[in-house]
Amino acid sequence: MLYLKIPETRYSGWCAMRVTVDYNLCDSHGECMTAAPEVFEIRDDDKLYVLDETPGDALRDKVEAAARRCPKLAIALADG
Amino acid sequence: MTVVVVGASLAGVHAAASLRAAGYTGRLTVVGAEPHEPYDRPPLSKQALTGGPDAYPLTVPCPDVSWRLGRTATALEPGAVRLDDGTVLPFEGLVVATGAAPVRLDPALCLRSLDDARRLRRALAAGAERVVVVGAGFIGAEVAAACRVRGVAVTVVDPVELPLLRACGRLLGSVLADVHRERGVRLELGHTATSVEAHGVTLDDGRFLDADLVVAGLGARPATEWLRGLTIEDGVVTDDTCLAAPGIVAAGDVCRWPSATFGALLRVEHWTNAVEQGGYAGRRLLACLRGEPAPPPYDPVPYLWTEQFGHLVQVLGVPAPDDEIRVVAGDVRERRFVAVHGRAGVVRAVVGMDWPGKVRRLRALVAGAAPIEEGVPA
Repeated sequence: MLYLKIPETRYSGWCAMRVTVDYNLCDSHGECMTAAPEVFEIRDDDKLYVLDETPGDALRDKVEAAARRCPKLAIALADG
Repeated sequence: MTVVVVGASLAGVHAAASLRAAGYTGRLTVVGAEPHEPYDRPPLSKQALTGGPDAYPLTVPCPDVSWRLGRTATALEPGAVRLDDGTVLPFEGLVVATGAAPVRLDPALCLRSLDDARRLRRALAAGAERVVVVGAGFIGAEVAAACRVRGVAVTVVDPVELPLLRACGRLLGSVLADVHRERGVRLELGHTATSVEAHGVTLDDGRFLDADLVVAGLGARPATEWLRGLTIEDGVVTDDTCLAAPGIVAAGDVCRWPSATFGALLRVEHWTNAVEQGGYAGRRLLACLRGEPAPPPYDPVPYLWTEQFGHLVQVLGVPAPDDEIRVVAGDVRERRFVAVHGRAGVVRAVVGMDWPGKVRRLRALVAGAAPIEEGVPA
C-alpha cells in the first residue's frame, strides 16, 4: 500500500519495510533511483539493483515516493 | 473543513492520496468528468492498441473520499465549485487538476480518454487497413508504431519537419523519423492536412490520402474554461508552490508554475509531473489550510518517455528545437546513445535511446543547470 502510514505502536516505535521489484514490469526508467538512491540503483548494465531490500524507517518517505513514481508500478512495499 | 479536488485522473488522485497521507482528516470530495474509475493514460496509446487490455485502473489508495464521477465542474465561484448537475460544492481548500482536452479534428478519432481508446481499438479490430494520422507528436508517433506492429499501412502528416521535435528535440526527432521510415511508416512532414474526412485527408499540396481510419494527435489545451478569478495563461498560473490563490492549488497538465531551475514558467503534460505535482499540491494545500509554512518550492526536472518499435526513448529536462546538441555516449547509428541539450551554454535536457542507466546518471547536469562543457566527455 503506497500511502498508508503504519501505526508506530505496531512495531515498538519503528516499522520494517520490505521492497520488492517485479522485473517483468521494470524498464529501468530510474525514477526510483532519483527518489531513493540509497535503495535503488540503475547500473551501467541498465539493470535495477535493490541495494537494501529492508530499508530502515528513516527511508520510508523516499521509498514510498520511489514506488509512486515508478512509471510501470513495478515496486511493491510490504511490512516486515 | 472540506477539500474539493476537481479532476480524477493522475494528478487529482495523487493530490487526494497525499492529503490523507499527510494527515488531513476533513471531508474530501473528488470530482471527475469521466464516468470511469480513475485510470492510467500512457498504456492507451501503446499496449492497449497492440493486444493488451483496454483499461489500466489506477491503484493509488485514497481513503475516505467522496467520489463524484461523471460530473463536470462548470464554474469556480468564491469558495465553491458548481457542477453540471447544478450541485454546488463549498470548500475551504481546492485542488484544480482538470488536465487538458485534446484538440479535435472531426471526424478524425482522437486519443485522450479510455472511451477514445476503445473507439480506436474497435476501428482497428474492424479491419482498418490504411490509417492516416494527423500530427507527429506523442499520440501520432505511438499510434503509427502500433499500426505497423499490427501490419497496418499508416501515413503521418504534420507541418513540422521532424516527429516529436517540440517535446524531444532535433536529435531524437531525426532518429525516430528514421526508425519509423524503416518500419514502414510513411511520413508526410512539412505538410498540413487542409481537410479531414472519414475516408481520407487532403494535403496542402492538393494530394488526397485515402484512409479507412483517420486519427488526430494535435495536442491538448488545458481545461481552464470553468475557472474564474485565477490567472489563466495556457493553464492555471501558480506561484512556485503550486498555489493559484489562497486555499487553491493546481497540479498536472493544467498547471503552469515558475521553475527555478529553468528560470521560466513551465507546463508539463507528462505522467511523472502529474504524479509528483499532484502529491506536492496536496501537501502544499494542507500547509495552507493549517496555517503552516509552505514546503520548499516545486522545482522538478521534468521526465518524459515514449516507447516506439521496441525502443525506450527518454528525456530529462526541457528540450527546445534550436538547442545545441552533443552526443555524449553511444552511437546514434546503433540506436543506443545519450546526448545533452544546451541552451545559452547551459544543459537543459539529457535525452537518450535505449540507455536508461546513463540517462539517469546525467540527470544532475539538468538539475544543477550545469555548463554544457561539464556534460561532454573530454
